[in-house]
Amino acid sequence: MNDMRVSESAVGAQDVKISARKVQVFYGENHAIKDVDVEILDRTVTAFIGPSGCGKSTFLRCLNRMNDTIPICRVEGDIMLDGEDIYDRRVDPVQLRAKVGMVFQKPNPFPKSIYDNVAYGPRIHGLTRNKAELDEVVEQSLRRAALWNEVKDRLHAPGTGLSGGQQQRLCIARAVATSPEVLLMDEPCSALDPIATAQVEELIDELRANFSVVIVTHSMQQAARVSQKTAFFHLGNLVEYGETGDIFTRPQDPRTESYISGRIG
Amino acid sequence: MTAPRRSLLAPDPRTIARNRAEARFRAYGLGAVGVALVALAVLLLSIFGNGSSAFYQTYLEVPVMLPEKSLDKSGTRDIEVMKKVTTVGYAKVLKTALDEAIEANGIIVEGLGKKDVGNMISDEAAAQLRNMVLADPTLVGQTIAFEMLANGRIDGYYKGRVTRESAALDSNVSPAQLDLADALAEKGLLATRFNLDFITAPDASDQRPEAAGLGVAILGSFYMMIVVLALSLPIGVATAVYLEEFAVKNRFTDVIEVNISNLAAVPSIVFGILGLAIFINFAHLPQSAPIVGGLVLTLMTLPRIIIPARAALKAVPPSIRDAALGVGASRMQSVFHHVLPLAAPGILTGMIIGLAQALGETAPLLLIGMVAFVRDYPGGLFDPATALPVQVYNWTQRADPAFVERASGAIIVLLIFLLIMNTAAIVLRRRFERRW
Ligand SMILES: Nc1ncnc2c1ncn2[C@@H]1O[C@H](COP(=O)(O)OP(=O)(O)OP(=O)(O)O)[C@@H](O)[C@H]1O
Ligand SMILES: [Mg+2]
Repeated sequence: MNDMRVSESAVGAQDVKISARKVQVFYGENHAIKDVDVEILDRTVTAFIGPSGCGKSTFLRCLNRMNDTIPICRVEGDIMLDGEDIYDRRVDPVQLRAKVGMVFQKPNPFPKSIYDNVAYGPRIHGLTRNKAELDEVVEQSLRRAALWNEVKDRLHAPGTGLSGGQQQRLCIARAVATSPEVLLMDEPCSALDPIATAQVEELIDELRANFSVVIVTHSMQQAARVSQKTAFFHLGNLVEYGETGDIFTRPQDPRTESYISGRIG
Repeated sequence: MTAPRRSLLAPDPRTIARNRAEARFRAYGLGAVGVALVALAVLLLSIFGNGSSAFYQTYLEVPVMLPEKSLDKSGTRDIEVMKKVTTVGYAKVLKTALDEAIEANGIIVEGLGKKDVGNMISDEAAAQLRNMVLADPTLVGQTIAFEMLANGRIDGYYKGRVTRESAALDSNVSPAQLDLADALAEKGLLATRFNLDFITAPDASDQRPEAAGLGVAILGSFYMMIVVLALSLPIGVATAVYLEEFAVKNRFTDVIEVNISNLAAVPSIVFGILGLAIFINFAHLPQSAPIVGGLVLTLMTLPRIIIPARAALKAVPPSIRDAALGVGASRMQSVFHHVLPLAAPGILTGMIIGLAQALGETAPLLLIGMVAFVRDYPGGLFDPATALPVQVYNWTQRADPAFVERASGAIIVLLIFLLIMNTAAIVLRRRFERRW
């Protein structure tokens, strides 16, 4: 009996956080995402892999409704966050995005100071009560993004003055600072050196304790290292989705196999 | 298959041709810039050559005795009584003073009647003296040092506009008067010096170019610019932000966009006709008032502000908007916290260029009556006034050649204002840009 309960709670700890049903995305006439069904678990790192242009970013952007900002983009199907339809008319995308944070493919720090970049989210959401708390959140976030040691002496220097990799980590710190429930990361390490990459991967692993993380990556090794679940996209279709170990060792679909072994992409 | 290896030290024909093309293009560019600079230099030289003398004026400096007998018969220094003495009475006082000074300095007057000597004084001088005495009646009975404006022709003689030859043909001035002026100058009784009144004094009538100033025009232009700034900055920026950041792109916003571009191209006089119809004939606002001029110029300036403001907003990288939305900022927060500050330098530059255009605009103001002859300083937006460019136009229409100098002087003042505004635009731009 006891064993039963343990395994139940283990499953319970990995409730479905986001579930997508029959998602279609159109950019005007271009059918970019076709019939995607996926369940993203809580406290799990999910990797999206696939060749360039297959719609990974597009699907990721559906999960926090960033696609709303593209006038020609149309999303169909259901995407539920904790059982609530995020495309429901009553949902304010602003509130959604506070829960579902995002790190973009290209680093895009605000042209403000490093401090203000990280403090912006907590400020607009009123997450801290005073300056000391805010300082604390800023330091914590920069530490988690493995940037603190490099910038602690110049928190008031412009964020745009950092190197590309530092900027990306600043964007990660900015996203982490609002304590989202889900963190979407679009190739967060594409501009990072191996050391910073390792630090970010460590961060992702840490975040898994509390959040659900979705990461788009072009590096198979990275997907294998950080994720528990992997989804393989190809030409707008979700070809295969499952345990990361299974995908990399026993792919079911020939397209997955050839991509992983380097023949597509 | 492999092409023969070329030495890097000997450029190939294609490279030579490309370098030539580039050199030619540079030469064209330099030529164009050169032509523009020469044109600018000629323009500035001619304006400064004609107009800088407007900032100097010839004065007769003689001691003036203010006799109680003629200026305040009652002896009570009662302003109401003293006001009965007109400028004619004061003109006599000035003429007497000049005659006495000539005699005291032993200058021999040849070939001139009493009237001719007096005519060397500007008619305006008597009016100025009268104002001075009425403002301070205790002066009556004293001898004061008073600088009388010299007649425009005498002034012109010292600025090279009038010569002995031209004076011989001119009924308003004679060579003998010029001789007398020279003699006075030698004794230090006549001098040409800096003339602040040109900036501060109101306009003067056709017969008194020496007294004409820009005071009313500058004030009028200033009031109008306040109206234009106060209305077109908020409305223009709000419109641009709405259209660029909030409005859905559909047929309707396309129509608005096309119309704004069209409005920017509408000749300014059309706005004058519109202003006349709406603000004066319909809303019954006063004619010649800076408020009406300001409203008309606002209509004209708005599209010219909205277009660069939209361009500045469009130039803000979309990734900044994504970044703000991505951390859960609302549309409004993303615009006001991030997009607008980044677009501010561009918006400001557009704004100041729009204002500068409005400052130099003449045609619509003619239609709403700002060309009227106004001597009283406007106390507010609803009082009659003129404007700088209209004053230039007005003076170029007058017969006396002395007004040509005044018009060029007014252009210099206008150019200085434009220069200040453009400098402000650049400084503000730098300021904002440094704040990344
Ligand atoms: N803003 C847009 N407007 C129109 N089409 C778009 C837009 N963004 C993406 N697309 C199209 O959608 C498809 C998927 O693009 P997406 O950016 O999602 O690819 P991706 O998998 O993220 O590629 P990469 O690995 O190169 O980042 C592409 O065919 C692309 O042309
Ligand atoms: Mg992508």
